[in-house]
Amino acid sequence: MNKNLGWKLALIVGTLLVFLAGIFGVPKNFSGRGLAAAIQERIHLGLDLKGGTHLILQVMVNDAVNADSDRALERLKDSLQRRKINYTDISKPDPTNNPDRIVVKGIPPESSSDFKQLVADRLPEYDATSGAENTWSLGMKASLLADLKNRAVQQAIETIRNRVDKLGISEPVIQEHGLGQYQILVQLPGVDDPARVKEIMQSTAMLEIRQAMNNGAPYPDQQAALAANSGALPPNTVLLHGRSIGGNDRNDTGDVVYLIFRVSAVAGHDLREARVGRNSQTQLPEVEFFLTGEGGKRFSEFTGAHVGDYLAVVLDNKVMEVAVIKGQIGDNGVIEGRFTDQQAKDLALILNSGALPASIRYLEERTVGPSLGADSIRAGVEAAIVGMIAVLVFMLVYYRGAGINADLALILNLVILLGFMGYFGATLTLPGIAGVILTVGMGVDSNVLIFERIREELCNGKTPPSAVEQGFSHAWITIVDTHVTTIVSAAILFIFGTGPVKGFAVTLTFGLLANLFTAVFVSRVIFDWLLSRKQRGEALSI
Amino acid sequence: MEFFRNPNIDFLGKKWYFLAFSLVFSVAGVLSMLFWHGIPLGVDFRGGTLVYVKFSGPPDDNQVRAAMDRKGLHNARIQRYGPPANNELVIALDERETSEQALDRGKLQIIAALETNAPAGKQDLNNVSSLTIFNYLMEKDPLHLGADANQRYTAEAQAIVGYRDRTKGGVLTSLDELRSVTRPEVIAALQEGFFLSNFGVRNVEIVGPQVGKQLQNQAYLAILYSLLGMLVYLWFRFEWIYGVAAVVTVFHDTLITVGAFSLTNKEISLTVIAAILTLVGYSNNDTIVVFDRIRENIKLLRREKLADIVNKSINQTLSRTILTAGLTFLTVLALYLFGGEVLHGFSFALVIGILIGTYSSIAIAAPILVAYQEWRSQRGKPSSGGVGEIRREKAKARA
Repeated sequence: MNKNLGWKLALIVGTLLVFLAGIFGVPKNFSGRGLAAAIQERIHLGLDLKGGTHLILQVMVNDAVNADSDRALERLKDSLQRRKINYTDISKPDPTNNPDRIVVKGIPPESSSDFKQLVADRLPEYDATSGAENTWSLGMKASLLADLKNRAVQQAIETIRNRVDKLGISEPVIQEHGLGQYQILVQLPGVDDPARVKEIMQSTAMLEIRQAMNNGAPYPDQQAALAANSGALPPNTVLLHGRSIGGNDRNDTGDVVYLIFRVSAVAGHDLREARVGRNSQTQLPEVEFFLTGEGGKRFSEFTGAHVGDYLAVVLDNKVMEVAVIKGQIGDNGVIEGRFTDQQAKDLALILNSGALPASIRYLEERTVGPSLGADSIRAGVEAAIVGMIAVLVFMLVYYRGAGINADLALILNLVILLGFMGYFGATLTLPGIAGVILTVGMGVDSNVLIFERIREELCNGKTPPSAVEQGFSHAWITIVDTHVTTIVSAAILFIFGTGPVKGFAVTLTFGLLANLFTAVFVSRVIFDWLLSRKQRGEALSI
Repeated sequence: MEFFRNPNIDFLGKKWYFLAFSLVFSVAGVLSMLFWHGIPLGVDFRGGTLVYVKFSGPPDDNQVRAAMDRKGLHNARIQRYGPPANNELVIALDERETSEQALDRGKLQIIAALETNAPAGKQDLNNVSSLTIFNYLMEKDPLHLGADANQRYTAEAQAIVGYRDRTKGGVLTSLDELRSVTRPEVIAALQEGFFLSNFGVRNVEIVGPQVGKQLQNQAYLAILYSLLGMLVYLWFRFEWIYGVAAVVTVFHDTLITVGAFSLTNKEISLTVIAAILTLVGYSNNDTIVVFDRIRENIKLLRREKLADIVNKSINQTLSRTILTAGLTFLTVLALYLFGGEVLHGFSFALVIGILIGTYSSIAIAAPILVAYQEWRSQRGKPSSGGVGEIRREKAKARA
């Protein structure tokens, strides 16, 4: 028996050391400050404790689908012409809700098999179904559509991570959020200027160069533009907003409308690099961009063919710049947007990190200021210490000798809990601290169950060793049942919760698991050790 | 020390009192949910904007309200937050002012409304980022640094913001306070470009309507799943009636806890839901301990009536029930008193829930078992498939 006990004691001491290492690592020096630093390195604080910004973003995946079906539509038009199949109209009737749906009208019945063949050859990712009056309706295959949307989300995550990394924010969390709702969770610890970061993340960075109609001259607003074109825009043109250009008056925020060609000459993926420069005359910051070989070739063809026309630099559907084409231009250009230094730097960063495949919207924003986080830690730790001391003192008073046993188990329970968190890199949140406090309260339940049972058995006239034996074996089943039900609750919290609540679920679960070991195994060993040193028949302090 | 020595209280005999007590509280809660305060959902579920603002002195609610009105925020709700000495207010806008197209518009409006003393062209040093301060210092270069300005001014800006947020709790009242962290030349330069408002923003929560709905659904599902989880586990470990009794008990606890939030008009946030789920688990602990003892006693005392066995089991576990509840209550009370304002709703739910959860394991769960047994025997099917199944099987085995 004694040999067995020694082995068990060694196991407990070993566990203690292993989990202490989990909390502190292997500390280099044992001064108070060294230990505090070691803890901070291993136990990560949640946003609610260290301050930072938590955002939920919605990826407007329909943008990506629209872009794909726009290309498909152009391809279809092209092939219909080439194969000489007649049609009266081809359009996307509902781009907002059914972005993948393309409707072709007026296909003569004799061409319908040709049309089907053409769709199969040229648009393999679409299914064509025929409707009334020679109308065909095309929709993307369901699995490919889902794929496209998921890819848009993944690509958005990559792009956002790229931008956040370039901003030098440490330890960001950027991941898909929820199930199949195309949302992204972004957590940025310690960001003190969330407005700027949000703007940088949200910019789709769709840079395009298009032809500007009407000699590059703007209209004051949409009505004026329509009136000037006798009520209807010329074919293949759109109206885009932009700031009035000309004059370098920084206070001029006049919003005007430009008539712009629908199709771009070069677009975002033709961009190779962007960098901040300074205008040689005005000394204002500007952003220079350089095109890829392919894009540069197209740009120079376009400018060569349009000497004397105007071009517009369009960023996220906003006209940034309109200029006359004086001659053929190679592979670079300049955006002068009357930027501040910071704005020019940010724009270059966004352009270099690539375009988002779809626009994004913010659904949720929570910012915890660092001052609040510090207060929360103070309050949480204070409550934990008060609660802990109250429980420890009560156990000592109520159970005396056995109270020491329970207190040791409780302290070991906390060490294991924190050690777990250190090893798993789990995040400690404010509700997580509450979880630690609750663990103290609930953890002591197991000890109370066992001790009360032992007292009962002693009352019934059993000897101390057999009372301890009976107490533990009877309480064991109950303890397992109670722990399982609480862990079920915690697991559900972990699945459904985010951020702080998840942190709570984690500490509660780890705490309860540790409690199974400490309250049952460790307490038992301590009792056995006490009993082994007592004379037969000597009373147990409980 | 011992509080209870062989207690022998007839709990089942008092079941009508218990029923009346539970009914009064549940009905009061339900009535409040239906006709009075409703279920006061927090910003997490309702959607909306909350801005927590700390002022340098005691804030005047009426002035703040007037400032909001001037900016057109007529529906803003203004509440004190935390102890009065903190000088904190929370300003809430509902979802009408929280569109998903411009999620933080409401927040920006609130800040603009509060900056009443803003001199033209100056920025508010209490609400700017270190980057803004850095950019400003780079431009002015008050220390005439030239080459290594970048590093030095980054450090200066961070020291200023750190002092403001960590040492002064987010609000500076005078630029002179910065003397301990930066050079007089820097302060002089700051004086030209910045002013000090009388507040700092401590915390912002903005939830769009879509996320609010989503979180609401998740919360309902989470509570439902955890109740189902309990039912299945207890069915598997005991018998189905035990599972049903436990789930009815936990539902009773949840109802009264949510009712307490409705009666006191405290908002239910995500963390409160976390607390309620914890209670689902905790309240079950007590119930299981009693059930375990009932099961054990059914095997030992085969001749006794179920009502007596149940009474005996409750009494045997009473001292444990009260002790554990008392100790957990002690820790939760510490949380409620010292844990700070952020956890207020969370610890309130736990305080109420632990009291109710302990009461209900004695007053609700066990009587349900007995009531079910009596109902079955009245219908002439004594103890089959029900509470006494173990007893019957034992008898069979002996025969």
